[in-house]
Amino acid sequence: MTELLQQVINGLSLGAIYALIALGYTMVYGVLRFINFAHSDVFMLGAFTAFYSSRAMGRWGFASGGFLGGLLVLVISMAACAAVGILIERLAYRPLRKRSTLTVLITAIGVSLLLQNGGQMVFGVNPKAFPNIFPSQTFKLGGLVINSNQLVVLGVALALLTALHWIVQRTRIGTAMRAVSFNATAASLVGIDTNRIISFTFGLGSALAGAGGVLYGMNYPSIEPLMGNSPGLKAFIAAVLGGIGSLPGAALGGMVLGFVETGVSGTRWSTYRDAVAFAILIGILLFRPAGLLGRNRIEKV
Amino acid sequence: MPSWLNRSQLVLVAALLAAGLAQFFSNHLDSYVLSVAMGVGINIVLASSLNLINGFTGQFSLGHAGFMAVGAYTSAVLTGKLAAQLNPIFGGHIYLLFPFALVVGGLVAAVAGGLVGAPSLRLKGDYLAIVTLGFGEIIKVIFQNVEFVGGAKGLNAIPDYSNLFWVFGTTAITVYTVWALLNSTYGRGFLAVADDEISAEAMGLNTTRYKMVAFVVGAFFAGIAGGLFAHLNNSINPSGFDFNKSIEIVVMVILGGMGRHTGVILSAILLTVLTELLRQFGDYRMVIYSLLLIVLMILRPQGLMVWPFKNPLWFYLKAYWPFRMLARRPTS
Amino acid sequence: MSATGLQLNKVTIRFGGLTAVSEVSATVRPGELAGLIGPNGAGKTTVFNLITGVYSPTEGAIEFAGRAITGLRPFEITARGIARTFQNIRLFGSLTVFDNVRVAFHLHLRQGPGQSLSRGPAFHQEERELTERTRELLEIFKLDRVRDEPARSLPYGDQRRLEIVRALATQPELLLLDEPAAGMNPAEKVELMKLIQFIQERYKLAILLVEHDMKVVMGICQRIHVLEYGRKIAEGTPAQVRENPAVIAAYLGYDPENGPTK
Repeated sequence: MTELLQQVINGLSLGAIYALIALGYTMVYGVLRFINFAHSDVFMLGAFTAFYSSRAMGRWGFASGGFLGGLLVLVISMAACAAVGILIERLAYRPLRKRSTLTVLITAIGVSLLLQNGGQMVFGVNPKAFPNIFPSQTFKLGGLVINSNQLVVLGVALALLTALHWIVQRTRIGTAMRAVSFNATAASLVGIDTNRIISFTFGLGSALAGAGGVLYGMNYPSIEPLMGNSPGLKAFIAAVLGGIGSLPGAALGGMVLGFVETGVSGTRWSTYRDAVAFAILIGILLFRPAGLLGRNRIEKV
Repeated sequence: MPSWLNRSQLVLVAALLAAGLAQFFSNHLDSYVLSVAMGVGINIVLASSLNLINGFTGQFSLGHAGFMAVGAYTSAVLTGKLAAQLNPIFGGHIYLLFPFALVVGGLVAAVAGGLVGAPSLRLKGDYLAIVTLGFGEIIKVIFQNVEFVGGAKGLNAIPDYSNLFWVFGTTAITVYTVWALLNSTYGRGFLAVADDEISAEAMGLNTTRYKMVAFVVGAFFAGIAGGLFAHLNNSINPSGFDFNKSIEIVVMVILGGMGRHTGVILSAILLTVLTELLRQFGDYRMVIYSLLLIVLMILRPQGLMVWPFKNPLWFYLKAYWPFRMLARRPTS
Repeated sequence: MSATGLQLNKVTIRFGGLTAVSEVSATVRPGELAGLIGPNGAGKTTVFNLITGVYSPTEGAIEFAGRAITGLRPFEITARGIARTFQNIRLFGSLTVFDNVRVAFHLHLRQGPGQSLSRGPAFHQEERELTERTRELLEIFKLDRVRDEPARSLPYGDQRRLEIVRALATQPELLLLDEPAAGMNPAEKVELMKLIQFIQERYKLAILLVEHDMKVVMGICQRIHVLEYGRKIAEGTPAQVRENPAVIAAYLGYDPENGPTK
């Protein structure tokens, strides 16, 4: 029983992280109909920004390890990632706005490779131990071992998801985002500056990915420049599972995938857990390509 | 002079003879140059086979390295662990065992191609790309977990059977096959499917079958390339056949101009040589490579090789005639 | 094509909550030049898509030459003898004019991948035949001068003509033309009308035509079917349809007898 609960908590925190990354994929796909391959590397940058900024803070005598310090690190990482996301969009994707999907996809792959290999050059290839940015305590609840970090991950994820929901549903810019995702031409015809909205979307999605990176670092022992590949691919699968273009879908997909992966890790097929994720992807695309919550698009002949 | 029948096949035979000749004199070549040359040949096979799928039939496949892996492992097992059983059948003649191993590797890869293609090919664009990527990763994970083929550590001590004849012979056959397949009324169908699937189907083309043929044939040659690769590098492991490898091949096809025979060949040569040259830059290599990719896509997405006719390099590369034949525009 | 021709029996298709076509029954007889008209959104192209297998009907059945074709894949339906053009031109833009037509002979090919590789005498013989037949077709329809141009570089009218020629290469018994006169000026429309009649006589086909231009439809069609909101509201000769009050009401939104219909 406690094992099960343990797995549930693990599944929740992994799922939350996947959800955060998946949201970025789905938002960008929603406004641009394009899969941002480089998204997973922004996630990685988030983790590294947190790493370096918490070190810097410690050096400069900020209360590192304190709760507020941790929040500051999180905010810095999110901001940095938002900036990177917007920059990438401006430099690499905007010039290709009218080109074929293939061209943009390859460019995205190029950006991803650039970030990964650049990261390896700048940060070094070896994994680094992620510091405790929040004060860490371990609780024991009758057999269950919970680390405060896991609680923070859940809390932060929940807060961010709520904030996102509020932004998308309740603010003007959120409504503009949704308008652009339905029909960009119509949106521009009613006076929405699509470029600005797209930049905003990239910024928002990247900030979430950055947060995901920080949270991931908190839960796992080490970070390295290629760390984005696996979670990124799985978060993408989560986005497709939930219905690409649908925000609740991405969140749902993330949670489902987190649970499935945690579950599989607990069995003897553990080394196949990546393959299981892909099998889910293939299954979804074959049997329900719109995803769990997605909408079906019919090509007009 | 009779029709193309004699010409194209004559060229093929000539190319095979040339490969044999090259092999005969290969002792005089530095072994590093030899291995780079073979690497070039293998990449041409990979790029041409992917070109059939991506460039000509318009199916965006990102898992080509998976088929390479299947071929590599199969042939390595046949010349390694199963060599004892197989050798007597071939009377101990390596020059019979090796092509057998290669072809079987190719066939198994072709089967894998069919298995991947069957469910995937009803998807389009981005989705097809992701699914093929997924399948490539699944194949990799499977090899990582099968102890018989060494698991994550891979296979070592693969015998050194690859030589210029096998490699360039395969290259010639692959290029001929892709060219010949496409240069017929039947072959135009691939291009039609790439251009507009709905329209193609309305004109009576079985688009699924075309896509499957492209996939299976492409996978077959990727498998053979894998086998040649394995017997050149003497060891293989699953991580060498990952997404990055697939992307390398995709880049060759795109750079060569997606659906141009000579362009893709040239770009395979260029990129292989470039990779070797960049190796001295160590870590910077991939950074430069990815920057090039981005810049290329922004500035010249149609590839670098769109006008091979005007490229003087071209004339110095091989005999004038086979290239002229290959470069002939695919019209009636 | 046997005496039965094309038969639609109470064909219905629903997309989610929207019923695009509802219980449409119609017949196109062999060799007949028929028209399918109706206001925008009436479901005309949807009917074409149903006939050619792009969509599968939710209810009802479609028969051609006495055999059911409901639920077959488009290329199978083309193999049964039905060819089409598209409302928005769908040529193989990157292929040459010549190849656009050549590729449409696919159904009648004896060769396959194997023959392309082995390239024996039979292969070359067939290639020569196909080249000749393609050239002939292009010449008849005055496209031979541009045979090596990429299809997308042709002027609009030529592209429309090419699309029809391409459909003819499949050797159909029934040709579906989806708004072939769209975007043409009156002179071009007259040419088109002559072209369609020419095709019907020379190739002994049945033709089903979706068109908005009443002059074209009334001018050449022997029989006209009228759709509105997915339902068939009238059928008959041009004269009959012209006088039909339901048709008038549908097009004008106004029934001369009883006032506005909506």
